[in-house]
Amino acid sequence: MIRFLIRRVVFGVFVLWLVSLGTFLLFFVVPGDPARSIAGRQATPETIALIRERLGLDEPLAVQYWTFLKNLFRGDLGYSYYNNQPVTALIAERIGPTASLVIGGALLWLVIGVGVGILSATHARSLLDRVTAGFVVAGISMPTFVVGLMLLFVFNYLLSTVLGITFFPGGQYTPLEEDPADWLRHMILPWITLCTVQAAIYTRLTRGSLLEVLGEDYIRTARAKGDGNRRVVVVHGLRAALTPVVTQLGVDVGYMLGGVVVTESVFGLGGVGQAALQAIVNLDRPVVMGVVLLAAFFVVLASIVVDIAYSFLDPRVRLS
Amino acid sequence: MSLLEVTGLRVSFPTSDGIVQAVRGVSFTVDRGRTLGIVGESGSGKSVSTQTLMGLTAGADISGRALFDGADLLAMDDERLRRLRGAEISMIFQDPLSSLHPLYRVGWQIGELIRVHEPEVSKAAARKRSIELLGLVGIPQPDRRVDDYPHQFSGGMRQRVMIAMGVALRPRLIIADEPTTALDATVSAQILDLLVRLQREFETALIVITHDLGVIADVADDVFVMYAGRQVERAALRSTYYRSHHPYTVGLLGSVPNAAVPGRLRQIPGAPPSLIHPPPACPFHPRCRFVMPRCTTDEPPLDPVRDDADPEHRSACWLPGGLLGVGPEVDEARTRAAQESRE
Ligand SMILES: Nc1ncnc2c1ncn2[C@@H]1O[C@H](COP(=O)(O)OP(=O)(O)OP(=O)(O)O)[C@@H](O)[C@H]1O
Ligand code: SF4
Ligand SMILES: [Mg+2]
Repeated sequence: MIRFLIRRVVFGVFVLWLVSLGTFLLFFVVPGDPARSIAGRQATPETIALIRERLGLDEPLAVQYWTFLKNLFRGDLGYSYYNNQPVTALIAERIGPTASLVIGGALLWLVIGVGVGILSATHARSLLDRVTAGFVVAGISMPTFVVGLMLLFVFNYLLSTVLGITFFPGGQYTPLEEDPADWLRHMILPWITLCTVQAAIYTRLTRGSLLEVLGEDYIRTARAKGDGNRRVVVVHGLRAALTPVVTQLGVDVGYMLGGVVVTESVFGLGGVGQAALQAIVNLDRPVVMGVVLLAAFFVVLASIVVDIAYSFLDPRVRLS
Repeated sequence: MSLLEVTGLRVSFPTSDGIVQAVRGVSFTVDRGRTLGIVGESGSGKSVSTQTLMGLTAGADISGRALFDGADLLAMDDERLRRLRGAEISMIFQDPLSSLHPLYRVGWQIGELIRVHEPEVSKAAARKRSIELLGLVGIPQPDRRVDDYPHQFSGGMRQRVMIAMGVALRPRLIIADEPTTALDATVSAQILDLLVRLQREFETALIVITHDLGVIADVADDVFVMYAGRQVERAALRSTYYRSHHPYTVGLLGSVPNAAVPGRLRQIPGAPPSLIHPPPACPFHPRCRFVMPRCTTDEPPLDPVRDDADPEHRSACWLPGGLLGVGPEVDEARTRAAQESRE
């Protein structure tokens, strides 16, 4: 276990380093000059040169990267080119909305996806199963921003602007610690948006996995032992069927914690994903580096957590 | 009254290809302390016949009667049948690796069986009984192995775990469905020994399903032979081996090493029949060496043959009732009888 952890952490750090290097280099391939765009259209060459110098952009590439790495080890990701905010502070500020969105959304899509998945697996080929399958296809094929815009149209425009009733305000984010009730009201629509696709995917995953498990010999044994139907499905079936679901969950959450660009943008949550989008448009290298590293960190972390969880879920799996 | 009396059991599965007639009219009885062997090729309906009794064939069309201690298993409500499963009738399956849950400790799996039927038993008590049972079936250091997972056992040891589960609640009937097929010969013999020892000890009725007549040579009292969902021969063990009547049984014996005919190992030529469109009349006629004109038009009933030693000996074949046994002379007599009928 310890050796496994050490190996995975070392490997993870290596991956993060590669990611940082790749992102860094990418900045010199994409067209555009940050100094010029910061300075504005009318800037004189002198101003631009001054900005370049202040940002360290006049140094050789290797030196710039080395400085970046050195600072990184001190927990310093530099300053945003645009508002002089430290990148770490910017991320700390933006992680709240993203984490709220992803964790709340994940709970919701898990409950819906696994619940409906179990129902349609235990009622395979029934009317219920067919109807569910229809919703699953619809959910999976619906682009996220369409769902978000539809919700905004109904709740924000029709109900709020036209009729003057506001159930769920569309847009903005209230931190949980400031006002939990308001936080909840602001998160409902983004959660539903994020869930539409995810719940559909998890329904399909759970159904397939459970159906496969229910055909196993050990399920027949459980029935032959006199276990009741519910016990067979939950204790014997679901226990085995959830392994792929848990794996998928780890991957999804890890991936999304690095920013959920579309949903965040539609609702103006101001999360990591939105920050990343802005930073890319602005060629704000320190912020992009910070956000990319954060996302990569969560993915690496999730893969370690998933492997550990897997070894707990399945005694046949050994960490090595 | 016998412990189990099955009459006219029919089981079919509606599928997209057509109706699979897995079992077509099977009758048998099993008494306390006795062992019935069910023999037949793969797909002949052995597992379906027995699993249907336990209500394990979901989606099947079932008819017939199966009196267990006087109550009809096929007409019983689900809850009552569930209470019988595992407690009064238990089942041991072919592949113990896939039949045990891979994610639970064996002790838990045995304990679960106990607690499902006796909810008042504490977890600790169930665990203690699991350890005793593991010891009973010959697993060394049961107090340690109780916390192991199935994949940590060898094939033979896993089957012992299944047997521990099979006898845990002292059922009155144990159905062992190819209990040794997944095991090598020595282990297989040990497992059969164990089964028979426990059966004697607990006075249980036992059904052993196999496609290998060699397996039940030492354990069965009676044997019935299945072909394409039908019973083709039914007799006491000795009659089955030494005075078999049906050409299919004779063929099966031919493919058992060191059976009545020494030295020869013969496969029955031809492929197993379709169960969606089973052959009309005698289902064995497409593969029978002695096929006669009436075999393709009339279905032979499962009637007594002329076996003085075993008046209950029955066979579903049009060959004369007196032609019993395995060997070149009887086969010649059968060939002659078949020729005569053609003339
Ligand atoms: N649920 C089902 N749906 C459709 N057909 C089935 C089903 N269960 C069994 N069958 C068919 O019924 C027939 C008899 O199956 P069964 O399992 O009883 O054979 P068997 O004699 O036990 O053979 P084996 O030695 O392979 O175990 C087979 O052709 C099988 O394909
Ligand atoms: S009835 Fe005819 S075809 Fe069938 S087994 Fe007997 S001899 Fe062969
Ligand atoms: Mg079988």
